[in-house]
Amino acid sequence: MKLEVNTHSKNMIRFAQLHPEVVVLSADLGTSCEVKEFAQQFPDRYLSMGIAEQNMCSWAAGLAREGFRPFLHTFSVFLYRRILDQVEMSVAYPNLPVVFVGFVPGITTPGGVSHQSTNDVGVLRTIPNMAIFDIGDATEIEGVLDLAYNYNGPVYIRMLRKEVPRFFPANEPIQFNHARVLSEGSDVTILSSSICTEEAMRATAALRAKGVSIQHLHVSTLKPFTDPQVVEACKKAKYGVLSIENGTVIGGLGSAVADVMAENGIGKRLIKVGLQDTYAHGASKMYLLKKYHMDAMTLIEGVEQLMDRKLDIAEHDLEDIRFEDYTAV
Amino acid sequence: MPEKKYSNEEIARAATSIRKRILGLAIDRGGCYLAQACSSAEIVSTLYMNIMNLGPSLGCPDAQPFPGVPSAVNMDYPKGSLYNGVQDVRDPDKDRFFVSCCHYASVIYCALVQAGRMSDRAIDKFNVDGWNMEMIGAEHSPGFENTAGSLGQTVCIAAGTAHAYKMKGWNGKVYCMLSDGELEEGQAWECFQASAFYGLDNFVVYVDVNGQQVEGWTKDIMNTEPMVDRMHAFGWEAVVVDGHDIDALEKAARTPHPGKPLMVLCHTSPAHGIPLLDKMMPKHFVRIPAAEKDAFVQFYQQM
Repeated sequence: MKLEVNTHSKNMIRFAQLHPEVVVLSADLGTSCEVKEFAQQFPDRYLSMGIAEQNMCSWAAGLAREGFRPFLHTFSVFLYRRILDQVEMSVAYPNLPVVFVGFVPGITTPGGVSHQSTNDVGVLRTIPNMAIFDIGDATEIEGVLDLAYNYNGPVYIRMLRKEVPRFFPANEPIQFNHARVLSEGSDVTILSSSICTEEAMRATAALRAKGVSIQHLHVSTLKPFTDPQVVEACKKAKYGVLSIENGTVIGGLGSAVADVMAENGIGKRLIKVGLQDTYAHGASKMYLLKKYHMDAMTLIEGVEQLMDRKLDIAEHDLEDIRFEDYTAV
Repeated sequence: MPEKKYSNEEIARAATSIRKRILGLAIDRGGCYLAQACSSAEIVSTLYMNIMNLGPSLGCPDAQPFPGVPSAVNMDYPKGSLYNGVQDVRDPDKDRFFVSCCHYASVIYCALVQAGRMSDRAIDKFNVDGWNMEMIGAEHSPGFENTAGSLGQTVCIAAGTAHAYKMKGWNGKVYCMLSDGELEEGQAWECFQASAFYGLDNFVVYVDVNGQQVEGWTKDIMNTEPMVDRMHAFGWEAVVVDGHDIDALEKAARTPHPGKPLMVLCHTSPAHGIPLLDKMMPKHFVRIPAAEKDAFVQFYQQM
């Protein structure tokens, strides 16, 4: 497993070279959102909008109506919680091709509650016309701009920055509304997104070593949520289904899975791992994942519940299968 | 600005016709945004008839059934901007018009009629269920570029359009109409700041300063004055005119504003042209009192 650095920065420049109508709008956080190099390379296409997200969003709608393709860069929390009405009325209702590139999603920032977009997925899933992509690794960063460009409507991206692991082969790009199957099995199904996919991979490795058969899907398209693989994966799970996500369990991946299970008459238990209807506070990702029970160990405990048996996996058993040093913030 | 197409007398007659048509709707339907018609009839008429350089209407002269909300499978529905001559392939030399105060829809529809962009019989479908002539519409409604009901956003969208014209080197101007209550929105000031920052001298905002909002007189709800000083401090050119003086409205559009956006603050009366309304003001939505209906009908017949 390799750590990639500043992948979005390089990819944004590559992408903008292909599409001259692409412009980047920044609300004074471009340097924190990996578009500093873009601004140097394309100064005329880097629009500094100041600390004024509402105007940035509606202004982008005006640009999009005239054929530009605006890519808004700031922290994800400021792209939905602060400006929801602007997102809906200026962009989503008219179905304009505006891309919200949201950084430090969920608890991936030590910035505390004001900087943590912990209910963005649930809020934005209620918005018609909009697609939501939740990035899981460097390969997905490299493909998501093309995915957003080809989508007919507004797009919200939960983007990762700085050092990001590459879990998926570089030649297997992110696909629209198509989960990645990371493990095949029939006892328990795990659906994971964002940085929690690494936790699920760690849990899966330990569980398989104990003879548990795991179906693991990494989900990066959270809206639409009509991938038939999700239905099949939930159907085949003998003991039940678990979801794990980087945010609250209300309205996000877990809720989407619950809808799919109910709508398809899949009468099995579902355990939703994530923030349990709470805000978080400022600390490192690794600390927060553990403190708020969003980590591999929580998944394993969930599997034990579903299977009604102890698997004798301890925290130290998981240390060997850490994929990234998350202590760095 | 285009060459003068209409005389001031013709525009004055158009403004009176707008007031009369909307008073008729208010009498027939029990109420309407009549005060806004009274305050803005000259502003909207002068913009449409002599100030803006719009292409000919491409919209259907008659009212149309509601064409559905925009979506990936419904992007080719007839847009309200067709009535302002806007095509998918833009004419770089033509102007654009954004209406932020979209509760003024009846005024816009009636002004389209007066400017020969829509038929008078279309107004019969105003606020009728299932038609595109809503009381507060969206971007399918005749004359509307965008969905404007949430205040503070349209001026930003218009500014973004003006910015796009600048980046493309196009000559057309972008006009935006606001009502004064909207100046209380924080987002509007974000826009004023950014429009000056980007030197949008192709951007012109007309404000109907009728001095009233839902809960009463603007000065008592949330003061926004002194607007000229505030706009100058924000880096705009700004002028005040009598919003019922057609000549002044037109001259204001010719105010030089090199390197800056222009705001025209049109001071108006929400009872102008219908003195019976005077004692009812301030009133955001006018309902004709049953006891006074006859007086209003009589006034209507004499207009």
